[in-house]
Amino acid sequence: MANSNPLPTAMVSSRRHPVRSLPPKFWIITLGIAAAALVAVFMTIELRGNLGYILPRRAVKVASMILVAYAVGVSTVLFQTVTCNRILTPSIMGFDALYVLLQTALVFVIGGQAVLTMSEPVLFIIELVLMVGFSFLLYRWLFTGGGKSLHLMLLVGIIFGTMFRGFSSLLQRLIDPSEFIILQDLFFASFNNVDGALLGYSAIAVALVSIMAWRMRSSFDVLALGRDMAVNLGVDHKKAVTSTLIICSVLVAVSTALVGPVTFFGLLVASLAYQLCSHFRHAAVLPIAVLLGIIALVGGQLVLERIFAFDTALSIVIEFVGGIVFLILLLRGNVK
Amino acid sequence: MSAPAAPAPGPASPPALPPPSTSAAVTRRRRFPRTAASLALGSAAVFVLAVASMFIGVSDVSLPSLLAGDPVAWQVFWVSRVPRTLSIILAGMALSVAGLIMQLMARNKFVEPGTVGTVESASLGILVVTVLLPGASMIMKMSTATLFAAAGTALFLLILRRLPMRNTLIVPLVGIMLGGVISAVTTFFAYRTDLLQTLNSWMVGDFSGVLRGRYELLWIVGILTVIGYLAADRFTVAGMGADFTTNLGLNYNRVMMLGLVIVSLISAVVVVSVGSIPFLGLIVPNLVSLMIGDNVRRAVPWVAVFGAGFVLACDIIGRTIRYPYEIPVGVIVSAIGSVLFLYLLLRKRAARG
Repeated sequence: MANSNPLPTAMVSSRRHPVRSLPPKFWIITLGIAAAALVAVFMTIELRGNLGYILPRRAVKVASMILVAYAVGVSTVLFQTVTCNRILTPSIMGFDALYVLLQTALVFVIGGQAVLTMSEPVLFIIELVLMVGFSFLLYRWLFTGGGKSLHLMLLVGIIFGTMFRGFSSLLQRLIDPSEFIILQDLFFASFNNVDGALLGYSAIAVALVSIMAWRMRSSFDVLALGRDMAVNLGVDHKKAVTSTLIICSVLVAVSTALVGPVTFFGLLVASLAYQLCSHFRHAAVLPIAVLLGIIALVGGQLVLERIFAFDTALSIVIEFVGGIVFLILLLRGNVK
Repeated sequence: MSAPAAPAPGPASPPALPPPSTSAAVTRRRRFPRTAASLALGSAAVFVLAVASMFIGVSDVSLPSLLAGDPVAWQVFWVSRVPRTLSIILAGMALSVAGLIMQLMARNKFVEPGTVGTVESASLGILVVTVLLPGASMIMKMSTATLFAAAGTALFLLILRRLPMRNTLIVPLVGIMLGGVISAVTTFFAYRTDLLQTLNSWMVGDFSGVLRGRYELLWIVGILTVIGYLAADRFTVAGMGADFTTNLGLNYNRVMMLGLVIVSLISAVVVVSVGSIPFLGLIVPNLVSLMIGDNVRRAVPWVAVFGAGFVLACDIIGRTIRYPYEIPVGVIVSAIGSVLFLYLLLRKRAARG
């Protein structure tokens, strides 16, 4: 339980002076142990009854949380790297909402029944391709256009999110009530009813983009220095940004497909990871962000389920804490 | 029971829209003849929309049936259609003017009650009063919502004062985040008390539930709109800061308080009666300022007319696009409004180069 909620206190205590004395390796190991312990507790707590029924269900739940923590952590950190800032995240820029809109549009165009009868991998691939295509066109236009005011970007991103949600709800009202129910099932999936097969496809998609990211690993640290520096140091900036945006789109699509949109989760873990890390190398920041994500999700779920006895409110708590962190970042002038 | 009262709001109301605008037009006729003429034209357009809005619906209310004296048609007309159209006009005018006042107070073109936490605070207030006093009267609900809305808006203005750099774009960002945090709190408690669905139905602006006897509170916002018009110049001055305001012989705190009360009351009453209509207070004043410039006194009647017309048009779209089903006006406005807001934002970027 002590590990379950390190975010707010750590955030406050290290506000002015990041914990720079401890090496990243220390944090990776400590957080790794904590995450493993939480996962173990989650799997074994109050374990009774039909183990053959309970354990696989819990395993799917934990696996989906780990996958989401990974997808959100990695996509946020990489997104922040290519946009050279610490406050834009894919979800603040409306990626999640875009995914929901695309799914709604799909049901609207071909009908809910058709979507349901489509084989799942095909559907998933169609959605991923649409998502990558759209976000790619939209955000590349946004990030490579002139006038690079970060505040404008942020505001445009937030409004894009609002616009996508607005269109989604408009389309949702326009489709048949019975099809709307199908759609609702697609979005408001929480950790409690993640589909095992979907989890498998998601893992494959994540693995594929992870290979892509791994092959680019040497350029991420350089990209973080900014466009001019990166070009000077021999990185094909446009190509690198493009690939990173593709990676981010896939990761966002995966996490949204699994558990629905979570706006501030990425911002939360990424900010904290930067605070803990004494240098900003991706080799250190990425694992720390992912581990923090696992701790927050598994630990948070554990606390909410076992102590407060309600389960799906985790995203609301994250939204609350994340919103406050975001406000603090804005007010401290971290946005440059 | 309420039958005798029936015609009272009815016949009095259609002409009730023109007075603010026409009287403004009259006083300004000499100095701005063309503006006055086009303002009258705008009011006429709103009137046409209003008439059209009264004849759209599932139950048959047509001009011939009214002329023939069909009692059922007349009843539907007075009980449902007229109140609905009136409440749309009142809410549209008031929310747009509230947005303008908010923009003057924060001296920022990109804020409105929905993007600074006022609306979110008002709905938190409704939730609190619903949970604590389940049988609370409408007035009770409304005053709690107003108190919360005022507190939320004041919090925003306080944060604004402490902002290290007062960039045009960071102000709405802080507001949106504050609204997000407040609505997270609301969602959290609504979730625990099983009121999430009720909450959602409050939050989506929808005029379909408006009947005679359930919209009259909106006349308050009509009055507030007039007060807002009369005090518009003061808000411009107050937006310049406390020292500047005092130098000009105005009581800064009193003006800010007046603005706060007007904006909060308007937001609270509208949320309680019809739900929130996003972006309205943002895009209407901005589009008006694009059209006729930044003279606030001159802009207010325009903002009111334009706001009423916009909501009327959106409501008509919502009622016809999937006839006989109805799409809440909040959904239509948020889809159209966000596109317009993006246009305003990106247009600025293009202009900057």
